[in-house]
Amino acid sequence: MPIKRTPIIEFEHFTFQYYSQAQPTLYDVNLKIYTGEKILIVGPSGSGKSTLGYCLNGLIPFYYKGSLQGSLTVKGVQTKDQDIFTLSKIIGTVLQDTDSQFVGLTVGEDIAFAMENDNIPFDEMHQRVLKVSSMVGMENYLLSSPYELSGGQKQRTSLAGVMIDEVDVLLFDEPLANLDPATGKTAIEIIDDIHKQSGKTIIIIEHRLEDVLHREVDRIILINEGHILADMDPHSLVSSDLLIRNGIREPLYVTAMKYAHIPVTPEIKPGHIWSLQVEKIKKPICDWYQSVEPVTEKKSTPLILQLQDICFSYDGLRFVLNSINIDINEGEMLSIIGRNGAGKTTLAKLLCGFVKEDSGTVFYQGSNIRSKSIKERAEFIGYVMQNPNQMISKTMIFDEVALGLRLRHVPEEEIRPRVEKVLKVCGLLPFIHWPISCLSWGQKKRVTIASILVLEPRIIILDEPTAGQDYRHYTEFMNFLVEINRLGVTIILITHDMHLMLEYTPRSIALSAGRILADTSASSVLTDLEVIKQANLKETSLYHLAQMVGIPDETSFVQRFIDHERQIRK
Amino acid sequence: MKARLFSYNYIDTFIHRLSGFTKLICFLFLTFAVMYSYDIRVILFIMAFSISLMYISRIRFEQIRLMVYYVLIFLLVNAIITFFFSPEEGVSIYGTRHELITLFGQYSLTLEQLFYQSTKLLKYASVIPLGMIFLLTTNPSEFASSLNGVGINYKIAYAVALTLRYFPDVQRVYTDISMAQQARGLEMSAKANLADRFKNSLLIIVPLIFSTLDRVDMITNAMDLRGFGKEKKRTWYVRKQLGREDYISLFVCAFLFALSLAVSAFINQSRFYNPFL
Repeated sequence: MPIKRTPIIEFEHFTFQYYSQAQPTLYDVNLKIYTGEKILIVGPSGSGKSTLGYCLNGLIPFYYKGSLQGSLTVKGVQTKDQDIFTLSKIIGTVLQDTDSQFVGLTVGEDIAFAMENDNIPFDEMHQRVLKVSSMVGMENYLLSSPYELSGGQKQRTSLAGVMIDEVDVLLFDEPLANLDPATGKTAIEIIDDIHKQSGKTIIIIEHRLEDVLHREVDRIILINEGHILADMDPHSLVSSDLLIRNGIREPLYVTAMKYAHIPVTPEIKPGHIWSLQVEKIKKPICDWYQSVEPVTEKKSTPLILQLQDICFSYDGLRFVLNSINIDINEGEMLSIIGRNGAGKTTLAKLLCGFVKEDSGTVFYQGSNIRSKSIKERAEFIGYVMQNPNQMISKTMIFDEVALGLRLRHVPEEEIRPRVEKVLKVCGLLPFIHWPISCLSWGQKKRVTIASILVLEPRIIILDEPTAGQDYRHYTEFMNFLVEINRLGVTIILITHDMHLMLEYTPRSIALSAGRILADTSASSVLTDLEVIKQANLKETSLYHLAQMVGIPDETSFVQRFIDHERQIRK
Repeated sequence: MKARLFSYNYIDTFIHRLSGFTKLICFLFLTFAVMYSYDIRVILFIMAFSISLMYISRIRFEQIRLMVYYVLIFLLVNAIITFFFSPEEGVSIYGTRHELITLFGQYSLTLEQLFYQSTKLLKYASVIPLGMIFLLTTNPSEFASSLNGVGINYKIAYAVALTLRYFPDVQRVYTDISMAQQARGLEMSAKANLADRFKNSLLIIVPLIFSTLDRVDMITNAMDLRGFGKEKKRTWYVRKQLGREDYISLFVCAFLFALSLAVSAFINQSRFYNPFL
């Protein structure tokens, strides 16, 4: 390391408080970032990590207002003395939601957006778009609209749109949040390749640590409650107990090593799965594998839902669902997985009656429900949308939950006890008279579930229930679903989240292009390379761990890990 | 996916190739031509002309079906109301009275009224294909750049383009919300009375507005971070120079507009064509 390097970004005793907040969101932050470094900033929701990003790209203080103390310099100049446009020429931001980042109507236009605003002449603009788009491999898609692109292609486009400015720093704000596992993996690879080729400074803000550590990073900054708690290399951070204490999920292979009583220290290089010193952990892992008792619990419950030969198409040309056969037993908790457009959401909509099957039959408790309306089906199947803001229409929690009952003309004196009971189950009883606007995203999500549960459905379908939640909220939320499941409610989860699949749903159904690709245990799905490829998943790190230590049956290794974990949870 | 209402799709046709600016001006020329004249011959001619343009631009009926139905219902209601409020309008315009049937009270159907109302109905109906062609064949960004080209502030032009572009999205979200609310027991069909339906539609509109506002906030951030609004001017990645086809189209539409004025001024000597004299 050169002795005298000047940092490109420097926080000194930096404190920031939004005018709307009672407490500062960032306290006395001291941080130096040097040219060409690759930095990962992790922290749970509400830790201040996004605020830190806003300070860098100038949204703070120019868009979100607040009081600012201490100093933040970018290239030696105080950010507060500049403006958002000047800063955007130094630090380019790739936003979390690539859909809304997409301003132009086509890939080419979107990449050119910043140049249009700089009044770059037409011909030069087209030349530069061509050049930058080929750097990210999008040169053949310049005329495509965002609807035609995959998640990864959108990410590449966003990246090109920022790189066109020849910025010094690339800032990624939760780049993995809306991506399926395979695309997320590719995104991390693209970022790494850009870093190696261009030597630009890279800052990634993300809470999905293990996914980012798929490739190297120089330093990880851990932030919580506005304080910087750690600034260290991946091996040291993963070996410490800071992650768990601050609600960040540690990599699964690290959890497995801990189960096997292996002391996790920086010496065994646990920062990345590929850097692990295998020789030292081989024996304990194998011993542990042998020692775990496989769990065999199979309760047989009656069939609740049966799909026979379901076919559906929107336009009469292309099947969105093609010969789907599924039997679901009462009280099951299962996940439906597959890449975007595989038919997952359509399947949910079909069950709720939003769309009608072209052929085939859906049986609920043995009777055909084809003639049942949306409202009638809602008596036994509830559907919770991904975005709670799309479901909430009342200002008060009580009214929101009571809405379905009131619309069904249930007498008011009966409504109150039912709402209270449901809010109690959902852990929202203390908030019964609160306005919804005071709740966090996860709590809002609970309100929407409560408003469905109150109708006492036997089956609940949840679309991406854990999207955008950090590990602690995720765990709380999933435990809550397990509780509901124990009450006998059948739960169907549509998800991209591999952890969720692995840890909570014994059964996974993978869809691909409208067909069922696999209908088996989560541990089999996540170790089946063909299914992984078709459904845009990626193999779990446990699979690699099993291979590295030489356990031939990776599926059973993963299964024993799950069994062990479930026993601990009980 | 379902054919999205009002969504622009590029197909290589004569109409799609025209610049957004040309299409806007032609749309205005033809609309004014048909709005000014009460001559059924002019109106029928422009209607036939615009339907053939629609055929050229390969717009399929299912893309515009819903809109067509709504407009037809509106026109019919309008026609009935017009009749009840001024059943003798045609007589006073054309100055003759040929009674067809006596209805009730003082209401009777006259040939003049029938002619007047058919003219009016066709007049409105002929604007629909023009509007549809414009919406479905114009690339929103290119339209914005042409608006900016004729001197309209680029921020306003861009706002128009974004609105056009996100319209299909908002529509999709609306359907989703509406379904989810129906699943909670919301009755949106004719089974509910009008007051209830109004109240119920609020239950869909509120979440729609909030989720749209979220989105607007994100887009604003994204645009700010990439320097939108920094300068007084901006250049456009999508820009079409007016070509020969554009000038020809502009000329043809201007000619039709002049023709419509000329027919009124010289042949009918009024905005109305009177076959009863």
